[in-house]
Amino acid sequence: MSAATLSPTQAADMADSPISLRAHLRHTGALIRRNLLWIRQDPESMFDAILFPVIFTLLFVYVFGGSIGKSMGGGQDQYVQYVVPGLMAMMGMNMAQGVGTGFNQDFNSGVMDRFRSLPIGRGSVLFAKIAVELMRMLCATAVLMVVAVLVGYDIHRWAGLLASVGLSAVFGSALMWVFLTLGVTMKNAQSVQAMGFLVLMPLQFGSSIFAPTASMPGWLRHFTDYNPLSALADTARGLMEGGPVAHDLWVTLIWSVGLTAVMAPVAIHKFRTKA
Amino acid sequence: MTRIDDKPLGGGHAVTVRGLVKHYGETKALDGVDLDVREGTVMGVLGPNGAGKTTLVRILSTLITPDAGRATVAGYDVVRQPRQLRRVTGLTGQYASVDEKLPGWENLYLIGRLLDLSRRDARARADELLERFSLTEAARRPASTYSGGMRRRLDLAASMIGRPAVLYLDEPTTGLDPRTRNEVWDEVKAMVGDGVTVLLTTQYMEEAEQLATELTVVDRGKVIAKGGIEELKAKVGGRTLRVRPADPLELRPLAHLLDELGITGLATTTVDTDSGTLLVPILSDEQLTAVVGAVTARGITISSITTELPSLDEVFLSLTGHRASAPQDATPADARQEVAA
Repeated sequence: MSAATLSPTQAADMADSPISLRAHLRHTGALIRRNLLWIRQDPESMFDAILFPVIFTLLFVYVFGGSIGKSMGGGQDQYVQYVVPGLMAMMGMNMAQGVGTGFNQDFNSGVMDRFRSLPIGRGSVLFAKIAVELMRMLCATAVLMVVAVLVGYDIHRWAGLLASVGLSAVFGSALMWVFLTLGVTMKNAQSVQAMGFLVLMPLQFGSSIFAPTASMPGWLRHFTDYNPLSALADTARGLMEGGPVAHDLWVTLIWSVGLTAVMAPVAIHKFRTKA
Repeated sequence: MTRIDDKPLGGGHAVTVRGLVKHYGETKALDGVDLDVREGTVMGVLGPNGAGKTTLVRILSTLITPDAGRATVAGYDVVRQPRQLRRVTGLTGQYASVDEKLPGWENLYLIGRLLDLSRRDARARADELLERFSLTEAARRPASTYSGGMRRRLDLAASMIGRPAVLYLDEPTTGLDPRTRNEVWDEVKAMVGDGVTVLLTTQYMEEAEQLATELTVVDRGKVIAKGGIEELKAKVGGRTLRVRPADPLELRPLAHLLDELGITGLATTTVDTDSGTLLVPILSDEQLTAVVGAVTARGITISSITTELPSLDEVFLSLTGHRASAPQDATPADARQEVAA
């Protein structure tokens, strides 16, 4: 059989075989299992997920809570009600920061070459990574709620709380595509971590997550107003505490969808073509 | 999902490579390589670091795409049919590896699932291969606790899960001690016995002779010689004689004597003071006899005399007239880093 004498059916065989949705799910499932086994093998990798909400809640409530609460016309109690929805909104984002680092280490170990030499959809490895990070996020969120209640947070709306967790996951997974791209393209895990810190730190603090923006200088307020993290935090606040959410919700969703639409194909392409 | 058992396009060739080119900036990792591997044989690709061996394997396993040229494996084009190609190939090498955090069994089960085996089949295949590669005892331990040889065996097992028609072994024993190396060789020979076609890259003539039926010698991205092992050995000029005089002080006089007699192969006689031996390249059994005769006539006591295959260096010297490219030349791995940056 030579290329010149192909019959039409043989020519059809020449096309690359597609991967069915079921196969995609099976591959992603197998890779999720792998990532979960990693956690079982190395339980310390859960420390950040568990300790982060504890430390941040205690730090903000007890260090800044009194004075910020007073300026809000109340006290620490009022600040707790303010900051907990903000922290909730941050959970997905925090997981996103770590995802690039782990992914980069994976690449340097050579096991990725094995995966990429197998007949699986290129996205499977990335989807599995994101799925496991979202599971970690749910653990972290559960810890956050326990700590929040212990420091005096009153849960007003359970439905709003669940909706906030969902929103945080949606925004977090959108950011994960950004960090996965960094993880594939950057040379080592340290640079990925440093990069994540440098980008997210100003965004987090230059937002309404930790403090109301009213007292900030005008130039900064412009920044915080357009900062998607402000919209994210304010949506969570509205959902959990009451108040208008429509505008902020739209802004958050548009950012999430936009980031995913742009960065997911980039991440998958980079993963596919990494030399 | 069904296995597609197409007859290879190359007419009995499991791997067909034509004019393959891959550049990394200024570095020509591959510069127009042609290669044919017949079904059921072991093709050894011999060359120094930076010769382009790993780049070739990475293209044939669809990890990177060539800049020019064509390659088909089991009838599938590396660029146009990567998924079908991946289904019929296995990869073991310096870079492809196992997940160290996972136990051996989990590594094999994972790959079985990624190759679309049912849960039950993936479990059975993992058990079977661990047994075959003598890893059953270590099945539940993380691979990070394995010795170098065990890890390499797990690596081989992992590449065999899909019962590949073509297996790439990229320097399978680099960095292993001699005993472990023999272990890996035995495993590879057993796999070849099962009828798998193997493309083996190596820096060692000895490894090529142990495993390969045919050889392709590459240097700086080009094929510089190809043929059967015996054919190439004849071309290179046979063997190296390693002579150890009982008294190390006799080394230099002995070297001088052999030089005077004009007994040399392609390279010149060299003195290896570290091991107290003299390396004499010879072309024929007559030369071997002459060396022994000369030594006896001079009354020098010899504690050992062995013949060895020509070293990679000698192969290169005879084929190209220059030494093997220095190891500090950009290797594909380095080039990879640069591209990634």
